[in-house]
Amino acid sequence: MKYEAPVGKTIFDDAKIVGKSTRRIDGPLKTSGMAPYAYERHDVASGQVYGYIVGSAIAKGRIASMDLEEARSAPGVLAVIAATETDPLGSSNFNTAPLFGGPEITHYHQAIACVVAETFEQARAAAALIRTTYDRDEGEYSLSRTVEQAASDTSKIVSENVVRNGDFESAFAAAAVQIDQTYTTPDESHAMMEPFATIAAWEGDKLTLWTSNQMIAWGRAAMASILRMPKENIRLDSPYLGGGFGGKLWVRVDAVLAALAAKAAGRPVKIMMQRALTYNNATHRHATIQRVRIGADKNGKIAAIAHECWSGNLTGGMDENGAAQTRALYAGPDNLTASYLTELDLPEANAMRAPGEAPGHLAIEVAMDELAEQLGMDPIELRILNEPETLPSNPSIKFSDRHLVECLRVGAESFGWANRKSRPGTVREGRWMVGMGVAAGYRGALIMKSGARVSIDARGKISVETDMTDIGTGSYTIIAQTAAECMGVALEDVSVDLGDSRSPVSAGSGGQWGAASSTAGVYAACVELRRMVTEKFGYDPETASFADGMVRDANVVRALSEAGPLSAEDTMTYGDFQKEYDMGTYASHFAEVAVDAYTGEVRIRRMLAVCDAGRILNPLTARSQVIGAMVMAAGAALTEELAVDKRFGFFVNHDMAGYEVPVHADIGQQSVIFLDTLDGVIAPLKAKGVGELGICGPGAAIANAIYNATGVRVRDYPITVDKLIAEMPDVA
Amino acid sequence: MRSFTYERATSPQQAAAIVAERKGAKFLAGGTNLLDLMKLEIETPTHLVDVQDLDLDMIEETAEGGLRIGALVSNTALSADPRVMRDYAVLSRAVQAGASGQLRNKATTGGNLLQRTRCPYFYDTNMPCNKRSPGSGCAASAGYSRQLGVVGISEDCIATYPGDMAVALAVLDAVVETIRPDGTSRSIPLGDFHLLWGDTPDKETVLEHGELITGVVLPKPPGGQHYYHKVRDRASYAFALVSVAAVLQPDGTGRVAFGGVAPRPWRKDEADAALTQGAKAVVEQAFAGSATRDDNKYKIALAERTLAGILAEARS
Repeated sequence: MKYEAPVGKTIFDDAKIVGKSTRRIDGPLKTSGMAPYAYERHDVASGQVYGYIVGSAIAKGRIASMDLEEARSAPGVLAVIAATETDPLGSSNFNTAPLFGGPEITHYHQAIACVVAETFEQARAAAALIRTTYDRDEGEYSLSRTVEQAASDTSKIVSENVVRNGDFESAFAAAAVQIDQTYTTPDESHAMMEPFATIAAWEGDKLTLWTSNQMIAWGRAAMASILRMPKENIRLDSPYLGGGFGGKLWVRVDAVLAALAAKAAGRPVKIMMQRALTYNNATHRHATIQRVRIGADKNGKIAAIAHECWSGNLTGGMDENGAAQTRALYAGPDNLTASYLTELDLPEANAMRAPGEAPGHLAIEVAMDELAEQLGMDPIELRILNEPETLPSNPSIKFSDRHLVECLRVGAESFGWANRKSRPGTVREGRWMVGMGVAAGYRGALIMKSGARVSIDARGKISVETDMTDIGTGSYTIIAQTAAECMGVALEDVSVDLGDSRSPVSAGSGGQWGAASSTAGVYAACVELRRMVTEKFGYDPETASFADGMVRDANVVRALSEAGPLSAEDTMTYGDFQKEYDMGTYASHFAEVAVDAYTGEVRIRRMLAVCDAGRILNPLTARSQVIGAMVMAAGAALTEELAVDKRFGFFVNHDMAGYEVPVHADIGQQSVIFLDTLDGVIAPLKAKGVGELGICGPGAAIANAIYNATGVRVRDYPITVDKLIAEMPDVA
Repeated sequence: MRSFTYERATSPQQAAAIVAERKGAKFLAGGTNLLDLMKLEIETPTHLVDVQDLDLDMIEETAEGGLRIGALVSNTALSADPRVMRDYAVLSRAVQAGASGQLRNKATTGGNLLQRTRCPYFYDTNMPCNKRSPGSGCAASAGYSRQLGVVGISEDCIATYPGDMAVALAVLDAVVETIRPDGTSRSIPLGDFHLLWGDTPDKETVLEHGELITGVVLPKPPGGQHYYHKVRDRASYAFALVSVAAVLQPDGTGRVAFGGVAPRPWRKDEADAALTQGAKAVVEQAFAGSATRDDNKYKIALAERTLAGILAEARS
């Protein structure tokens, strides 16, 4: 089915199941430990043995020698796979850092060996017996240095993405009020709860990978390319994931080594990438340096806005476009948004939840707060005053459906914004300095083609098969809701099978496109199945209705089960009409914080997100998405930083004790309000994603609240006590 | 992890004797630190003597009016003991500020005193570290040192003692009791228990090989108001950037110790004596001779501000 034009009224506009808060259908399996994650799939292949990964001790250079003999003769060892004995593998076509093979080292903890043994402990002990020497090369590990060099030497910029409308420089120079500030964000890790893990088994030339991956079809294609074998001979199965956040968009070395090791050992091999390796071995979010300039008139009307972002990556890597949201957020006829990439020898940076926009908001939305203060304006009124009619970076583009102003107004009312004191440092409760902050949020609403197979059995039960993944998001449930709604059955009569590459190819989970895209694909398959049912019954497909397990046409009624078994498969694709629109999701984010006047410790008291993301398919799971993202945003604002050792070229704090994600005690009350909106441009369900919208803005709201509480503006994230007390007034 | 043998001891002296006999032997109590380090091969004992069956899990009152805390009393039990909460609140608060509920259930009083540093370079076996691998150098000294020591450190090592419990024990003038392989026991003031790194950062305490901690004795209650303020990057489950333990008397005198700044809980008589003059004077005394780096010099200001907050609370 092709979606060619914005849709009018649909069955979802009178929905009984879609749009209703619904508990996860996979919840009981998860809470009882019965949902098997990749590493726990003991039953899928017998005789599983264990692989243990060895990571490079240097960041750049090559392996001079590897002594493998002691490891090979250690107890229980079945095979040792070494980079020096393996030719470089094929490229995944998704990543730039080579995953395995050959002596060249491009980043710290790059896999250089894998030991396979009967037990995990034997594999780990033998891995420690491998002796490796290296020839170390000098590397570049400092983003601030490459960006400084780029100022005078443009060849240091290896790629750029610059969008201009009008003449920013002239308009900025002429503006009565100007903001020109630079913000820095650190490298961040996905730090998902479930590590990368794979069990691999060969049957002849056919390979099965039980793994933890967000994008099954990409992963299958990548493995085919890496192992140089036909993708038809590869099966990926990933029904449950314990988080991904973009880190599992790609197959990682656990999958590659499990495949190689299973072949070498002649046994199924299971590998969990050790936690301490994940920070440097896998991908991470780039650090950024962002400069924001805004020129406005004395009334706050923005004339000129520029947001430029610098990041660094390995050769061939992508950038972190922190300026992306600034193309859409505020009116300002003369604007410039740009992302510049330099080269670093740190591990590969790549997509992490709301790539670009998550760190981008930490700059632009603080700059707006700074502008509001300079103008003596309320920061909400400033944003409302500068609400654009069409896309500021390209005014010929319309917004598909946008209610940012309503988000701000509803949020202000609900949060009690009127009680905020605009002068910083004026609210004190004992030792606590208290403040409120606000930020707007924008995240693009991507939509991807997505397929599904929907079947009716002889009992009238519906089953859905698609390679869509549920990375903790609630995909199982919204897909079941969609199928139940379309086929006129109860939710309990729908079963959903996800994450298997034998199923039709879906959009997968990424870029907050999963919910809108995968349900549209299920809808397409259901429409086809309904057509087949009516054909079988001799009903008019235009007038037949599906409800309560029955199919009605005029005065005839038959049970849906009579049509079974019957199966339909389809894929939803999209027409070019969408290019006329900017499809986005919008939010207002509020935070109230208390800062210890002595120690600078920050405590988040309250957070609120008001979201405009079209139809909310399942408010319960959508809320979980948003509050989870708000927690992650709080981490970015306050605690999370991969600390770079610029001599050795690696992330030093590479474990869960050193890389501090928020804990429960860091998060106060969280509230989410969904506006009742519909976006008919994006897809027939008129729904957009929220999983990344939730991380776009809350960090800036926290930063602005800290400023409101203390009068201290920290522009170098995360905002930690050392940076705060350096500027806070003396207390002794 | 290297292969090792394992046995369960039946008496403290027997445990001490077994460990003393075997060069590579170590005691195992809660295992919350040792097992992690063994998995990384930072610790490579050849034989573990599990002391969990020993009768050392009681908190008893002493003839002097204090408490004797058995070496195997868990952090959870220690912090929840009504006598500790009433008379030694600084200790209860410090213990509760550490780790997580699960870890505190397993971690013991004796083991906690022996918790090893959390320096990230100590944990990464690819990196030089004089503590892990004597003579290999110190990667932290010119590296990422935001968490690391500012006073009492050396050229060879800038690691900190990371724990909380011992910081409170330091202001309580606690005494560590041990049994040696020959059956003799000794009492070691907490302030003398941990060594400064000097040029032997691999040597962390005064314990001899085979010497087993049997308990910690608290003198009679010090009275006064008790404070433990641990400052960290997140609200729970993180090691201290700086912590301050203080027992303050109504006349403004008292005792103070700092955590997260040095190879041992950091207490100085001169600093105690300066308490009546305010936080600045105390910190000047306590941190005399400090050696800070760009990314950890904030710790001294933070220590002063944290103590100032405590002193203000005590006055109010």
